[in-house]
Amino acid sequence: MTVESTAAPKPRRSAGTKSTAGKRTTARKSPGTDPELVQLLTPEGKRVKNAEFDKYVAGITPEELRGLYRDMVLTRRFDAEATSLQRQGELGLWASLLGQEAAQIGSGRATREDDYVFPTYREHGVAWCRGVDPTNLLGMFRGVNNGGWDPNSNNFQLYTIVIGSQTLHATGYAMGIAKDGADSAVIAYFGDGASSQGDVAESFTFSAVYNAPVVFFCQNNQWAISEPTEKQTRVPLYQRAQGFGFPGVRVDGNDVLACLAVTKWALERARSGEGPTLVEAYTYRMGAHTTSDDPSKYRADEEREAWEAKDPILRLRRYLEASNHADEGFFTELETESEALGKRVREAVRAMPDPDHFAIFENVYADGHALVDEERAQFAAYQASFADVEGA
Amino acid sequence: MAAEKMALAKAINESLRRALDSDPKVLIMGEDVGKLGGVFRVTDGLQKDFGESRVIDTPLAESGIVGTAIGLALRGYRPVVEIQFDGFVFPAYDQIVTQLAKMHARSLGKVKLPVVVRIPYGGGIGAVEHHSESPEALFAHVAGLKIVSPSNPSDAYWMMQQAIQSDDPVIFFEPKRRYWDKAEVNTEAIPGPLHKARVVREGTDLTLAAYGPMVKLCQEVADAAAEEGRNLEVLDLRSVSPLDFDSIQASVEKTRRLVVVHEAPVFFGSGAEIAARITERCFYHLEAPVLRVGGYHAPYPPARLEEEYLPGLDRVLDAVDRALAY
Ligand SMILES: Cc1ncc(C[n+]2csc(CCOP(=O)(O)OP(=O)(O)O)c2C)c(N)n1
Repeated sequence: MTVESTAAPKPRRSAGTKSTAGKRTTARKSPGTDPELVQLLTPEGKRVKNAEFDKYVAGITPEELRGLYRDMVLTRRFDAEATSLQRQGELGLWASLLGQEAAQIGSGRATREDDYVFPTYREHGVAWCRGVDPTNLLGMFRGVNNGGWDPNSNNFQLYTIVIGSQTLHATGYAMGIAKDGADSAVIAYFGDGASSQGDVAESFTFSAVYNAPVVFFCQNNQWAISEPTEKQTRVPLYQRAQGFGFPGVRVDGNDVLACLAVTKWALERARSGEGPTLVEAYTYRMGAHTTSDDPSKYRADEEREAWEAKDPILRLRRYLEASNHADEGFFTELETESEALGKRVREAVRAMPDPDHFAIFENVYADGHALVDEERAQFAAYQASFADVEGA
Repeated sequence: MAAEKMALAKAINESLRRALDSDPKVLIMGEDVGKLGGVFRVTDGLQKDFGESRVIDTPLAESGIVGTAIGLALRGYRPVVEIQFDGFVFPAYDQIVTQLAKMHARSLGKVKLPVVVRIPYGGGIGAVEHHSESPEALFAHVAGLKIVSPSNPSDAYWMMQQAIQSDDPVIFFEPKRRYWDKAEVNTEAIPGPLHKARVVREGTDLTLAAYGPMVKLCQEVADAAAEEGRNLEVLDLRSVSPLDFDSIQASVEKTRRLVVVHEAPVFFGSGAEIAARITERCFYHLEAPVLRVGGYHAPYPPARLEEEYLPGLDRVLDAVDRALAY
């Protein structure tokens, strides 16, 4: 297992009261340096051997490999379309997954139909793998609803904006699975920033104590808005698991094959009663945090450029080409399919109706509530008073 | 150059700068407050000038932010913490309610917790879930906390100074949709008391009472009503806890009618408390029941419905008409 010992740097005492502009007062050794990570495909697209994890992708067919490639390309296309729709004013906000396609597709494709997924707000690729129509993801970003899909129809929970909250829901769900004696598993997604939340620590505690069949999938994309991972932790995140009593592993988050293998391993552990696992997918957020963010305020262009060389899609393409698993026809066809998806998404968003005004009062309670009924009636009377004026 | 035109966000920035400058114990803490200057740029440039030990980018953990601020305050610091958005204060709610609010009383007055919790709040900016809420009543119900909300740049500047100087914990609700509103700020003025309401427009027919983002709306309502020959008084309450009932009473004794406006749900909201107390105090002066305009008993809706949900000009005018019809 990839448990490296990282000598923590000595903390310095903060001067506290004096202005210490430019002087660092927190630990600076990046928790991300020299990551020892599971990798099956190098950035150059070379297949590398891994004694422990190869077996989880041993039987993978060329068709399945092309499928992973297709998933990543279409997910990126969808994401790009959403970004441009936001720029055109069709969406209020968008949280792009650019750069994280391998982490999401690899882990998403590792899940079984009866597994249950608890996402944050950026898991568009995982949603794709679960069969959630991508246009359904856009409602909340357009501002027409606060969710937009039935979590139970694809075992894909609603996006969670309050960071870290869903890791506890995932754990509880997994505890339920264990109680039921079922053999499905749960996967919870969260970011490196979210790893600091109390809820995440509590979910680690609960899942360990109850041996819950849950996989914690942390996408360490290096940034939490403007804060680098070093503002959240002094040790590599996957090492946290050890202190809670379950294994943690760091995987190359830009390597779809490795993400697939490691997640399969972790899900199988969960299914066979071995309890939780923490997977840290070491990746990079190539775009802004959201369309409201301005990364030029806090990070250098060179950093992004360095990560572009590790692009998850390019890497698999190189491998597919070198191993003759895909021909030119495949790539051109995919290009066409990709354009068609973009068009479909664009049209769907523009055609998305604004919600009915009375939607405010819908589903506030499952059993109904007298006050809501009263306010709905007042609202209706108030709306009607305008109709009178207009009609007069 | 004492008086300068600035946006509300900038006024808070200038106020924090002044506090950092004049008191070495003042600290700024929160997510993204450093290099980025906060998601609303309220802390822009402060880390550059005061360093990372005074303007602290914290881990993403609200309970941690408030909990450690309590510890720092116990050690003699005066932390000003930023909660990124209204809906994200709840992981810290436990620390605020069970610890921050009560330690002074529990220590028989020996412990003071001069912590300011800044929360950009309210809607009207077309945001996604959890970015538009008005949870002030949830805090006002808790003894030991002071709750204020400025409505304009000058108050933002001065109320922040006073909040930081206060030895009590202050929840400082910043009306995010007014962040970009500009007005004159006199940085050498002598400010009035932090918890005193202010008459922003004199009137005789009815009192509109509001705070934070709704004050500007009420001024617009008064303008619109004036065109119909109605003379409304507008009160900026400025503080939710304590509430300046004396000023409301004085106004109501003059106008005999009161409409309270806030974005938060009406049910169990601050308007309910005002209505109850003013009814007690002014029963024989009132010509109409105290009316409230605010949000519904429903989750804050998606952006495309917030215009329907939030009090707007028409809804407040409608309440004014109803009050005047008694
Ligand atoms: C409890 C809470 N606090 C603050 C926020 C505001 N916020 C939204 S995303 C984010 C950064 C999250 O970073 P990370 O967990 O690393 O995930 P990433 O967005 O990078 O995928 C912050 C601070 C929030 N949504 N919830």
